[in-house]
Amino acid sequence: MSANEKLQSLVEPERYELNRAPSYSFELDRREFFKLLGAGVLVVSVLKDAHAFQESGAGRPRMEPLPKEIGVWLHIGENDLVTVYTGKVEVGQNIRSSLTQAVAEELKVPIEKIQLVMGDTKLTPFDMGTFGSRTTPTMNLQLRKVSAAARDLLIGLAAKHWQVDRQRLVASEGKITDSQSQHSIEYAALVKGQQLTETIPEVDPLVPATEWTVQGKSLPKVDGRDFVTGKHRYPYDQKLPDMLHGKILRPPSFGATLAALDTKAAEKIPGVVVVHDGNFVGVAAPSGEVASRALAAIKAEWKSDPQISNQELFEYLKKNEIGGEDPTGYPRQHEQGSVEKALSSADHRIEQSYTVNYIAHVPLEPRAALAQWSGDEVTVWTGTQRPFGVRKELAEAFRLSEGKVRVLMPDTGSAYGGKHTGETAMEAARLARAAKLPVKVTWTREEEFAWAYFRPAGVIDITGGLAKDGTIVAWDFHNYNSGAAGIQTFYDIPNQRILFHPTRSPLRQGSYRGLAATANHFARECFMDELAHSVNMGPLEFRLKNLKNDRLRAVFEAAAKKFGWGQKKPAGRGFGIGGGFEKGGNVATSVEVSVDRTTGEVRILRVVTAFECGAVVNPDNLHNQIEGANIMGLGGALFEAIQFQNGRILNGRLSEYRVPRFSDVPVIESVILDRKDLPSAGAGETPMLGLAPAIGNAIFDASGVRLRTLPLVPGGLKIS
Amino acid sequence: MSRIQLNVNGNIHSADADNDTTLLSVLRDQLDLTGTKYGCGEGQCGACTVLIDGKSQRSCVTRAGTVVGRQITTIEGLAKGDRLHPMQQAFLDEQAMQCAYCTPGMIMSAVSLLNKKPNPSVTEIADFMEGNVCRCGTHPRIVAAIQRAAKAVKEAGL
Ligand code: FES
Ligand code: FES
Repeated sequence: MSANEKLQSLVEPERYELNRAPSYSFELDRREFFKLLGAGVLVVSVLKDAHAFQESGAGRPRMEPLPKEIGVWLHIGENDLVTVYTGKVEVGQNIRSSLTQAVAEELKVPIEKIQLVMGDTKLTPFDMGTFGSRTTPTMNLQLRKVSAAARDLLIGLAAKHWQVDRQRLVASEGKITDSQSQHSIEYAALVKGQQLTETIPEVDPLVPATEWTVQGKSLPKVDGRDFVTGKHRYPYDQKLPDMLHGKILRPPSFGATLAALDTKAAEKIPGVVVVHDGNFVGVAAPSGEVASRALAAIKAEWKSDPQISNQELFEYLKKNEIGGEDPTGYPRQHEQGSVEKALSSADHRIEQSYTVNYIAHVPLEPRAALAQWSGDEVTVWTGTQRPFGVRKELAEAFRLSEGKVRVLMPDTGSAYGGKHTGETAMEAARLARAAKLPVKVTWTREEEFAWAYFRPAGVIDITGGLAKDGTIVAWDFHNYNSGAAGIQTFYDIPNQRILFHPTRSPLRQGSYRGLAATANHFARECFMDELAHSVNMGPLEFRLKNLKNDRLRAVFEAAAKKFGWGQKKPAGRGFGIGGGFEKGGNVATSVEVSVDRTTGEVRILRVVTAFECGAVVNPDNLHNQIEGANIMGLGGALFEAIQFQNGRILNGRLSEYRVPRFSDVPVIESVILDRKDLPSAGAGETPMLGLAPAIGNAIFDASGVRLRTLPLVPGGLKIS
Repeated sequence: MSRIQLNVNGNIHSADADNDTTLLSVLRDQLDLTGTKYGCGEGQCGACTVLIDGKSQRSCVTRAGTVVGRQITTIEGLAKGDRLHPMQQAFLDEQAMQCAYCTPGMIMSAVSLLNKKPNPSVTEIADFMEGNVCRCGTHPRIVAAIQRAAKAVKEAGL
């Protein structure tokens, strides 16, 4: 593994919500599979280098490789079905479809014959979690490898069956055909009656991207019909006989502790179970209405300490740096050349500060979990990007071995990095244990706003030095709190000092689509514009002058071309561009805005994003992700911000927290650069990065007003 | 608590409801029609949209007792047997979804729009759909799906 890959596989420090190391133990009972699936061939792949295949998250990053690990298994049944087991989960990024394509490509079976079992801690191999845009570069590759190995195995079985040389045999359409005799045999027939387990090493080579027949083409959501008919059951929709509905008593402010409690009135309501365990107070009742009534009948007094408000946020972050060594061990400092010297001899020197507010994920499906105990074993259905992480949380909380906890993740109503934790799983399991019946806890929107976690707020200070001809000679970049993802500059600057300063955070914070790459790109790409203007250069020209990386240049040029960067524009219109590199993807976004000079009203008219993430697996889904990332990004760029005071969220509901809606959506075009010569990278996060700075830069271009805070125009799409 | 009768997807169901029982909770918890989603509980996201006599309504802010005797249609009642409603088909054809949690509400709102306006312009679509949130950002595809469905309905003479 190169040093760079090693760096990428470390957990980013701003994944604050993941504070524990995962457990890597896994017991596989093969007999159970055959019981469950019937006869066939089970192919298990052992990872050559497990480290390279783990997500970059969960707990302490480590430089040493993880233990040898089983990555994936796949069952070819005599029932003509291929069942693939992966710990990854589906939250709308459509990996159920793209991973199916990977299997179809290498195993040579029709799409309809493949089913994926995802994110079930009992049935699927350990996986650290679905985040960091790692599914495509890791799991996709791994599935291709295990599928290719399975195909080889089937060819071997057929060769034995016919007693012929395996070189004559070809796999396609779920069959092996003898190219000489033209005999063919279905996979199902080949594995009939077998209970064969093959543990295979990874095999290469795989089908090269230039010869793909299934990957590289658009495949619709494989189970789309279940979604348009309302048949699919999300975590919120799970149900069991005799199930109770649980609700939790929330403190009036963050960190408050219980001073007095009276639950007598609630306990008198028929069918109600009340649980009081430390600071946890919850009820379970036969219906949600009765549970709400019981909760309202509880009298509680809380003690809390005064806390800061969003008015003082940025000052607070700058004053509350956590000193000493970074506990995560992540390299948060990068230095080359001498920034001081270069700054003092530079022709121009500029200093600026940018700020980013806390924002909420607002997954349309709030957190939900259904828990059921049987003896001392518990099963929980919940929407989480880390089923194995939640299993560990539950095992620890209830002092069980992990083998006694099963977590299943039904395809979930989105997450965006916001569902890495297991709050509802824990709450439902605690109530269910007391009630001795299954309990479902479904958070309200207000609970999701208040008791999940936020994208970190941050302050970014940058000082840059320029030579007269527009060459950047010095770069001093300090990020307070928001995080280190995407903090490195990709411009060629001889003298740089780049530092991440972790600070205390007044609110609970954690991962969000793109992590701090959004904040770092916003600050860096706006500052690039400010530098360009200081030497009277065009923003695109200035970037290209300071940028050698071919892949990045290509996306900047592609976005500019499609957008018509140089063209004339009417008064009150502005163009802006921003881009960057993160998680294997390269992005550049150009935006056109209009600013009404008298009212200050801002409108986003047009967005063009050029994106390159290696060989494209599913083009239509990639377009869908690019559009979606931009639209979600509009919220954080323009108006989303959490307001808080004294440990309370002030705008924690949809009527008060504005998210992008139909009328906010501009024309969005995406240009995909398909690099079949490069490995495929993920695309759920990086396409978002160029938007916010492009909008900020376009507003400046239109109005001369430079906005340096995200969101840019929180006061009703207006510059003041 | 009283017993009420509701006409849902052409069938009469009885349910228990008191004054503040929402239609959403009756559908989801008592009738097991979980295709209608909760997203905010305050009429702000549209995930819970159903049709009442062919017009879209947010079931989270509709008291169950107020729709007795009306025709209630949920996402589960849209397809005719195996044949999808043109709006459902259009959402598939345009891949107008990611996590698809907003999809049932989007489809119900869109059906209501076409009931009122068979040929909506893009602006009319955006105006009408403003109250439906898609957090994944599939809006342009949803607009395209509604236009496609409008065309399909017209061509089929539905
Ligand atoms: S749940 Fe009814 S509008 Fe959001
Ligand atoms: S597709 Fe996820 S909310 Fe619309």
